[in-house]
Amino acid sequence: MKTRILLVDDEEDFVQVLSERLKIRDYNVDTSFSGEDALAKVKNHDFDVVILDVAMPGMNGITALREIKAVKPLTEVIMLTGKATVDTAIEGMKLGAYDYVLKPCDTEKLSADINKAHQRKTEHEDRIREAKVRDILVSRGV
Amino acid sequence: MTIDLNAAFESGLQYFGKMTASISHEIKNVLAIINENAGLMEDLVLMANKGRPLEPERLTTLAGKIISQIQRADGIILNMNTFAHSVDEFQKRIDITETLTLVVSLSNRFASMRGVAVELAPIHNPIRINTNQFLLENIVWLCLDYAMDEAGHGKRVVLNAEKVDNAIAIRFAMPEGVTGDFSRIFPGKREEALVEILAGDLSTHRDRGEIVLTLPTEIKN
Repeated sequence: MKTRILLVDDEEDFVQVLSERLKIRDYNVDTSFSGEDALAKVKNHDFDVVILDVAMPGMNGITALREIKAVKPLTEVIMLTGKATVDTAIEGMKLGAYDYVLKPCDTEKLSADINKAHQRKTEHEDRIREAKVRDILVSRGV
Repeated sequence: MTIDLNAAFESGLQYFGKMTASISHEIKNVLAIINENAGLMEDLVLMANKGRPLEPERLTTLAGKIISQIQRADGIILNMNTFAHSVDEFQKRIDITETLTLVVSLSNRFASMRGVAVELAPIHNPIRINTNQFLLENIVWLCLDYAMDEAGHGKRVVLNAEKVDNAIAIRFAMPEGVTGDFSRIFPGKREEALVEILAGDLSTHRDRGEIVLTLPTEIKN
């Protein structure tokens, strides 16, 4: 199954072109131009990885990250920042972001990060599934 | 009254830092878009090498997007250059429309982040004053920053300037009223120091949603 990505940035041209490049690399890509819209999409759909710009009008990337992690804790988030400083991105990682990427980004590196983030999500899901099976077996005295 | 030069100095450095950080952020965004468009062209060429037909119109569109971003970057850099040169002379004759246009352009990203629209009302007759350009830009920014907070999300701040005898009045109007929190003290130490150096006056009129900055047309040394 293709990795499901939500790409979030208020720079519409950037989102359109990067999403096309990610689709060429065989990802299933949805897009949002604001934190509020991204959160609504995350609530209603299952994404493996959210690529989230830090500096957006309205709900900024850090607030959006916090909200996304609150509703879908297993969804991995890669922060995207145009700032040369990494302070905000590090704050994001403390809040549970998988990694951060500086703009302009190397698409191959971003692609590698997406794959690793998806892998981590899959491992988390597997561990949760195994724990559930173990609980069921224990409750049945197996 | 003694002028608080430290407050003015600190304000100037903060303003310069804030604007240059914002400009670099904007340029990074432009570079990111150029980077992705060039990357997509490369992807299309790679796919063409593997047999997928290459559509010339597609390349033309992508090249057009790159050109448009280069023009955007050119505008940003032009503003940055004008802003950087505003510290060249302590005092000079400046055109108010040009100065307000520059401050508004530099503030666009901050306005957009707050969801506030900033408009500059047409100034029909050129107004030129002799003052310190950088300090003027700084105080206009501080007034605009405060007005954007007071206006609140989804509202407008409209700037206009008029000549009144030997002075000019720059108005920051919030036509939809004020909705922001009033937690900030305004004018604070920085604003007071700048206004004093510029021999001007700053007044807030919350009842009619307006901040008025008055400056002499000729500042004395």
